[in-house]
Amino acid sequence: MPGNFVLPLIIGLPLLGAIFVMCTPKTESTLHRGIGMTFTVLTFLVSLLVLRFFNPKADGYQLVFDVEWIPGLGAHFKTGIDGISIFLVLLTTFLMPVTLLGTGKAIEKHVREFIAAMLVLEAGMLGAFVALDVFLFYVFWEVMLIPMYLLIGIWGGQRRLYASIKFVIYTMVGSLLMLVAIFYLYVQYGSVTGTYTTELDKLMELSLPYGAQNWCFAAFALAFAIKVPLFPLHTWLPDAHVEAPTAGSVILAGVLLKFGIYGFLRYAMPLFPHGAATWAPVIAILAVIGIIYGAFVAFAQDDVKKLVAYSSVSHLGFCALGIFALTAYGVSGSIYAMLSHGLTTSGLFLGIGVLYERRHTRRLAEYGGLWKQMPIFAGIYLIVTMGSAGLPALSGFVGEFLTIFGTFNAGDTFPAAAPNFIPYPRLLGALAATGVIFGAIYLLYMFQKVFFGKLDKAKNGNLPDLKGRELGAFIPLVLGIFLMGLFPRPLLTVMEPSVQKFLRDFGKRVGEPDGPAHLYGTLPPKEQAKANAQIQQNLDAAAARADQVGKAMGGAR
Amino acid sequence: MDYSQFKFLGLPMLAWIPLFPLLGALVNLTLGRRLGKTAAHTVAIAAVVASFGMSAWLVFGELWKAYKAGAGGTGIEQVVYTWIEVGQLKIELAFHLDTLSGVMILIITGIGSLIHIYSTGYMAHDPRYSTFFGYLNLFTGAMLILVLGSSLPVMFIGWEGVGLCSYLLIGFWYEREDYATAGRKAFIVNRIGDFCFLLGMFLLFWATKTLDFGQLKQASVGAAYVQPFWGGERLAAAAAIFLFIGACGKSAQLPLFVWLPDAMAGPTPVSALIHAATMVTAGVYMVCRLAFLYSASTTAMIVVCTIGMLTALVAAFMAFAQTDLKKVLAYSTVSQLGFMFVAAGTGNWTAAIFHLMTHAFFKACLFLGAGSVMHGMEHGGSTTPGDIMTMGGLRKHMPITWITFLISCLAIAGIFPFSGFFSKDEILGGAYSIVGSAAPPGWPAWYGYVLWGGLLVAALGTAFYMWRLYFLVWHGPERSEAAKHAHESPPSMTMPLVILALGATLTGFLGLPHLSWLKLPSWWPSLSSWLAPSTVQTWYNPGVDGPAQPLLGHSSDNTILILMVVALGIGLLGIGLAWVFYGAPGKPSGTVERLVDGPLHGAYEASKAKLWFDEVYDFLIVRPFRLVARALFEIVDRFIIDTIAVNGSAMVVGLFGRVSRWFQNGQVQRYLAGLVLGAAAVFLVADCKTKPTFDYEMVGDRLHLTARPGAGLVSATTKLRWDIDGDGKADVDPNTGAVYDTPDLYVLYGDTGAKVTLFIDDPVTRTTKTVTRLIELEDK
Repeated sequence: MPGNFVLPLIIGLPLLGAIFVMCTPKTESTLHRGIGMTFTVLTFLVSLLVLRFFNPKADGYQLVFDVEWIPGLGAHFKTGIDGISIFLVLLTTFLMPVTLLGTGKAIEKHVREFIAAMLVLEAGMLGAFVALDVFLFYVFWEVMLIPMYLLIGIWGGQRRLYASIKFVIYTMVGSLLMLVAIFYLYVQYGSVTGTYTTELDKLMELSLPYGAQNWCFAAFALAFAIKVPLFPLHTWLPDAHVEAPTAGSVILAGVLLKFGIYGFLRYAMPLFPHGAATWAPVIAILAVIGIIYGAFVAFAQDDVKKLVAYSSVSHLGFCALGIFALTAYGVSGSIYAMLSHGLTTSGLFLGIGVLYERRHTRRLAEYGGLWKQMPIFAGIYLIVTMGSAGLPALSGFVGEFLTIFGTFNAGDTFPAAAPNFIPYPRLLGALAATGVIFGAIYLLYMFQKVFFGKLDKAKNGNLPDLKGRELGAFIPLVLGIFLMGLFPRPLLTVMEPSVQKFLRDFGKRVGEPDGPAHLYGTLPPKEQAKANAQIQQNLDAAAARADQVGKAMGGAR
Repeated sequence: MDYSQFKFLGLPMLAWIPLFPLLGALVNLTLGRRLGKTAAHTVAIAAVVASFGMSAWLVFGELWKAYKAGAGGTGIEQVVYTWIEVGQLKIELAFHLDTLSGVMILIITGIGSLIHIYSTGYMAHDPRYSTFFGYLNLFTGAMLILVLGSSLPVMFIGWEGVGLCSYLLIGFWYEREDYATAGRKAFIVNRIGDFCFLLGMFLLFWATKTLDFGQLKQASVGAAYVQPFWGGERLAAAAAIFLFIGACGKSAQLPLFVWLPDAMAGPTPVSALIHAATMVTAGVYMVCRLAFLYSASTTAMIVVCTIGMLTALVAAFMAFAQTDLKKVLAYSTVSQLGFMFVAAGTGNWTAAIFHLMTHAFFKACLFLGAGSVMHGMEHGGSTTPGDIMTMGGLRKHMPITWITFLISCLAIAGIFPFSGFFSKDEILGGAYSIVGSAAPPGWPAWYGYVLWGGLLVAALGTAFYMWRLYFLVWHGPERSEAAKHAHESPPSMTMPLVILALGATLTGFLGLPHLSWLKLPSWWPSLSSWLAPSTVQTWYNPGVDGPAQPLLGHSSDNTILILMVVALGIGLLGIGLAWVFYGAPGKPSGTVERLVDGPLHGAYEASKAKLWFDEVYDFLIVRPFRLVARALFEIVDRFIIDTIAVNGSAMVVGLFGRVSRWFQNGQVQRYLAGLVLGAAAVFLVADCKTKPTFDYEMVGDRLHLTARPGAGLVSATTKLRWDIDGDGKADVDPNTGAVYDTPDLYVLYGDTGAKVTLFIDDPVTRTTKTVTRLIELEDK
């Protein structure tokens, strides 16, 4: 496949950079930063090649690179992207240099190790986004945990040990259960087909019994729900954010959180469609609770960083709701909301970094009236804030609009074989939409506390406005926020085929009957008879449901 | 007509109308500081004037042609590009210029230009001059997108955009904490409305699969509006009411009006442009734009006009006791918007837009006049330039401002022949005549009179408080030093005032009443026939045979004349009352104070305190919100989730660690004891868990029995025997004579009885366990 070298290359480049930087003398911190910038920019430029080779009309994996990795295990080093992951990859490669530029000299000790950790982190994240092998994914998933742990634990704030350990244990609990489910899947596949493999494509052909699916999905979902984070599994996030250095926060919010939603889309839902259907109501309701709860709690914060951290809980709730609405609008909107959140929240955290570097406090009460002192920063921060609040024509609106829209129309655009799985979609959609109000409340509250009012704190009197380096980090973000808000269609059309494929496959497979583990569509004749009856039953139920709604609407549909 | 090639510099012609001001905003907001003041306002004014020129050229050129050809409702529609496309949802950034949006863009860009010019004088000494013009441009652009948008989502872009500008401009002097808070309040209250706007939009798409105005208007789609939905209620009612709540937020109607009086914190040109002439009328425009939807639901219509009437009354009442010049005007705006919603709610779309237009002129003139007065007072040395109690006698010092203010006061009080007279009369007449066949299906026959009566009272109030204001500001002796030293404003400020006053005088003649003897020449512009193609003329009345019902009743000449006389009389009565209390020589007199301290004390306090709306909201919503937020954080997040669940489980794990540390102490005896106890426990559990049993199934004509004696202690040396005929004794194979003792057994089904028993002999314990099961096969 042409261009298949790109993905391994963008994973390899940061790793190479990390090795390279570790070989340089310990004291040359300018050199270290330079190497960091060079390699992240290089990775970004190489990752743009993806656009060159990607066919936006096709729906399968592209740029697939596949070599056997551990033959005894059946594990492959297989990477590839589709419409779901392509922009997440680009977001990652884009945010890395922006982050390094924006945080600049904020890190003063162990610069060499810091740069190395950031580069390894990048490699881990990119690997996890492009892996098409469950085992490979798991390895990358764990790889990115370690540098993040170090970032918080070494370069963090006062309570960094508590926060970093909490972060690691929390994530570990989820991912170990996921590992158990992976083993189960692996063994089941082997016993059905006689060959053992961890390739995602192959594993997806396996249909597990309903009970097993429910358990396996739960195990995967726990790992991903912690990452999202879904209420009530979110309390590691504010701690991690508050203690992490700015760069860590930006990457954590900008990219790492996306693995939760991405994991659902790529692994948990396609592998265990019936399990997803069973758990959909629970997750959808938790997502809505998260949207509202996150906004309320964000409003109660006095620490800017915590406020933004809780806003992530609220925003990612939209994403989680969108994918379980199982409509093209919802899923596309969810991916779009992730991308937008990547830009806006990175901007918010970078801005907090700017303030913290100057004033060494994150308490809202310590600020006020900064507009007068830092007008350029205030203007930029206003755009970022409004982008986050979902103002139309800025990036946040499209994702928010589409996810709520998708929830509202859940069950409408889907093939009849897979009816809607979330309860009261219109009510849930309406409740989620209240996030529009609450989002404005806490974001404007923050903005007012920092920038409006009198400049009455003596220490704020001589704060310099943004420097060239900081502007260099903010301007790409702001441009991105505008472009994504004004021209969402180019991105959405690239996503669409993959999203439709995801929905199609899900729709087909969720009707699969209960029975012993087997390959999709192949059952012993006796089982098949039962299976057909079950499928028919599912179809009838869906048709009856559609009928009922139709009658309630008087045929208005 | 196909307008797809109707372009300028490669972009659709219509796109340029909002684009000019947006580009102006871009320049001023990025480079403004370096440009200097002259360049800043030149760019800003040029942008709006260009937009005005473009609008006028399109309206009087292409649109006029289309109108003459009978396509005024289709107008010009141009797609700029596709904004969002997913699945069935396709949102094009498309603009639509029809006769309705044509009126709106002329008002916005026309009055907008004047206010831009005025601002050069008013804001001359402000340090953030270019930022101000940038925001004004941005607002104009967003407002133009709002009215030109050809679908609900595009309208929503402008809808939120103007909200943002309103937020920024109210809080323009952000150093005052209360101003910044007023801006935030405006944004959040608007967002509550926007939330409902979104819901209405989603509901419409869910039912009709489109959000484009043109498609929503089609009859085939319209059928969806009147389907029973949610227990007999109509979809149209639900969607229309949700959208109307959105309008309530933007157009400051009950119960969401509370932000507008506070919005007076913004610079006065902003109050004139955004909070009087244009943005706050967006809700009225939206209802008229969706006339087809509203006319399909009587419930929604009743809600719209009831809210409108109540707002008109309540706001008029609150204006009585205000002492701040701009606050009085703000409540007056709220009240006048109520009038417009009554018109929209009675299907009188033309009157709603007519009043919107005349109001834009006289209210902008009043606000700019107020700005001029405050400007003069400030120069006179006043520190509270808006306090009308310190004014008086200003007519001698500011003659031009005075005359224009007087004209606008006559217009708003509804005095012939000023514009407000005609437009208010249209609304009152429309409300009065909405009976019988002119009423929508299910409309109570008496309700039109209630609306009419309510509005008359509001009109009386309007005339009274406006003229109270007028007398207090312009007549009588100067009540402060500042008033004595006030002086007229520069021409950049008075010129717009004069033009607006001219408009306030003349625009009424665009909507002369429909009297049969009034024969107008054919060239006479008539707003109602101009707007007719863009709105709907009939009530949506499905399932009823016969022709569709017309919207407006045609009253006889006499009725129209009587109504006009009554309205005029009410206006004059209000002015007279105001003169008695505040205007007559030597006034404001002791009568006012006596009344206020005596019989009218309660009412005065209520009006002054704005009926305690803010306090009630603070108590019912704001404080509980803060409390819930705090409680959720402290109790749920910190305590229940983090302390108990998360750190609690960590503590439990730690506890286990501590307990197991006690075992792991190196004493081999303890390890051995643990080993033995553990093994015993395992055996016990394993043995208890596995109860002996056997399975059976039919294979051909034979019954297949499979013994499951269980694991653990039992299974080591046990022997099995079967009783298959149900006589309680072990049986032998009839062919071989051997006892059945295999765990796997096939016997002819005919040989078996209803019960089968398995004997399990355990030689170690010398016991025999028996398992008996009934053989039940589905198809015996």
